[in-house]
Amino acid sequence: MVVQSAAEAISYPAVGAELDVEGVSHAFDIDGAVLPVLDNVNLSIAPGEFVALLGPSGCGKSTLLRLVAGLEKPRSGSLREDEVRISGPHPSRVVVFQDPTLFPWRSVWGNVALGLEAQGILKAQRHRVDAVIELVGLSSFRNAYPHQLSGGMAQRVALARALVNDPKILVLDEPLGKLDSLTRIAMQAELVALWQRKGFTTLLVTHDVEEALVLANRVIVLSDRPARIKADIAVARPYPRHRGDPYLAELRKQILGLLGLEATW
Amino acid sequence: MSTYSVSDTTAAAAPRAAVTFANLSGSYGVGLAASLVWLAFGVSCLYWPDVGDWSRTSSLGIGAIVIAAFVLFGTFSADYLGNAGQALRKRAPWLVAFGAFVTLWEVATAKFAWLPLPFFPPPQSILEVYTDDLPKLLDSVFASIKLQLGGYIIGATVGFITGVSIGWSQKIGYWVHPVLRFIGPLPATAWLPIAFFTFPSSWSASTFLIALATGFPVTVLTWSGVASVSRAYYDVARTLGAKPSFLVLKVAIPAALPHVFVGLFMGLGSSFAVLVVAEMIGVKAGLGWYLQWAQGWAAYANMYAALIVMSLLCSGAITLLFRTRDRLLVWQKGVVKW
Repeated sequence: MVVQSAAEAISYPAVGAELDVEGVSHAFDIDGAVLPVLDNVNLSIAPGEFVALLGPSGCGKSTLLRLVAGLEKPRSGSLREDEVRISGPHPSRVVVFQDPTLFPWRSVWGNVALGLEAQGILKAQRHRVDAVIELVGLSSFRNAYPHQLSGGMAQRVALARALVNDPKILVLDEPLGKLDSLTRIAMQAELVALWQRKGFTTLLVTHDVEEALVLANRVIVLSDRPARIKADIAVARPYPRHRGDPYLAELRKQILGLLGLEATW
Repeated sequence: MSTYSVSDTTAAAAPRAAVTFANLSGSYGVGLAASLVWLAFGVSCLYWPDVGDWSRTSSLGIGAIVIAAFVLFGTFSADYLGNAGQALRKRAPWLVAFGAFVTLWEVATAKFAWLPLPFFPPPQSILEVYTDDLPKLLDSVFASIKLQLGGYIIGATVGFITGVSIGWSQKIGYWVHPVLRFIGPLPATAWLPIAFFTFPSSWSASTFLIALATGFPVTVLTWSGVASVSRAYYDVARTLGAKPSFLVLKVAIPAALPHVFVGLFMGLGSSFAVLVVAEMIGVKAGLGWYLQWAQGWAAYANMYAALIVMSLLCSGAITLLFRTRDRLLVWQKGVVKW
C-alpha cells in the first residue's frame, strides 16, 4: 500500500484550509435500531489538497461529507477546519451535491448570488457573481431559469454557486454522478483547472475509481458500512493526467482490489 | 419528368379565383356569417312587433345592426387592424354562435312568447335594466367588491401566515392543527346565524365569514406547500450561510408559492358562495341583495342582468388571480389552466 503525503510532492497556494477529522464515529437511529455508519475515522487533509473518498455504495461517504459541511454533528470525535472545531454550516465549506438542487424560482444569476445574499453582502459584491458565472462559461445564460438548462449546465451553476463564496474547502458529493460520460470528462478537466487556479482544499466523494485517480492527489478508500479508512493512497502524478497512464492503471487495479472487485479487472 | 395531376395545372392556371374563393370560405367567410347573423338579430328586433311592453327594442335592434356593420368592416380590413383584426378573426365563430343564440332568444321571448313570459325576459328588457337601473346596479357592484375584497384579503393574509407558521414550526402546528381540523371543514355559511348576532354589524360579520371561507384552503395549501419543500434546498441554503429567517422567506415561501396559489384559487371560489349568501341574508347591499330584491318584485330581467354582472366579476377575479400567478411564477410551467 502506498501511503505518502501528497503535500510533499506538490506545493499549493495558501488559500485552502486544513481539515482534520479525528476519531469520528456516527450512527443513525432507524426504527429504534442503531445503525452505525462511521467507525473511528481519522483523516488529516493539508491545505489545498484534492482528496477523493472512494467506497462501496451506502458506506457512509456522504454522511462524512455532511459532517464536514456541518449539516450534522458526529456522535463522537471531532472535525476541525484550520484547528477550529466545526459546529455548524459555514460558507467557507460549501457543498456541491449530486443533484444540482438549483432553486427553480431563481434565475442562474439569482442562484449563484444565493450565498452572498444569505450572508447579506450581495449589494457590495455583485461583481463576484458576474465573475464566477463568467468563470464557468454561462454568461449568456445568466437570466435563464433552471428548467431551461441541461444537466451539465445546471451542475456548472451549482459549482458557480459554491465558488462565489471563495470557499476554503470545497465539498463535492458525486457532483458529476448524473452527467453523461462526455460531459463528465469535460467537467472533470474544468474542475481540476478551477482547483489549480483557486487553490481551495477539495474533498470529493465518488463511486468512480477512474474519476478519483484523474482528479485527486490522494485517494481514501473506505470499507463497507460502518465506514473505516481502508487505505490512503497518494496519486503522485502531475496534471493534466491521462486516463491511459500505466501508473494510474496500476493504482486502479489496486483500488478495485481493495473494494473487492479484482475479478472485474 | 415528374408526374402531376390535372388539378395542379388548373389551380396554377387560375390562382386568382382560387385565392378569392378560399378567402370567402375561410377567414372572411366566418366573419361574413357573423355579420349576417347579427344583422338577422337586429332585423328580428325591428321587424316583428313585441308581445309585451319594452322600451329598448328599437335601440337593441339598431345596436345589433351597428355591431353587424362593425364585424363586416373588421372582417375585410382585419389585415390592416393589427391585433384587433386578428382577435376578431379568431373569435368570429363565437360571434356567429352568440348572435344566433340572441336571435333565437329574441324570437322565442319578445316576438312569439314560446317561452313563458315573466320568467324568460327578452334581451331588450335586460338592456333596459342596464340603462335604467344602472345607479342601483353599480352601487350593488361596488358594495359586493368592497365586501369581497376586504374579507378575501384578510382571509388570504391570515391563512398564508398561519400556513407558513404551522408548516415551519412543529410547536405552532401542535396547537393550531387540531383547531384547523375542527373548524376548517365546516362550511363558512354554517356560522351565519352566530356571526350575525355576535358581530356589531352585518358588514363585519360577512367580512369575517368571507375571510373564514378564504382562510381555510389558503392555510391548508400553504402549510402543505411549506411542509413539502425538499430538505435539499435547506441544506444548500444552510451551507451557503443562510439564517432561519432567510430559510423561511427566501426558501420555504417561494418553494411553496405554487401551492399557495391553488389555495388562493379555491378560497376565491368558496368566498364567492359566502358573499352571495351573506348579502342575501344579512347585508342590505351588493349583488346578492340585488338578486333577492329583484326576486321579491318578480323582476326577472333584473335577476338575469345581475347574474351576468356577477359572473363577469367572479370570472374577472379569477383571471386576475391567475395573471398574478403567471407573473410571480414565470419560472414554473402553468399547472392549472384558466
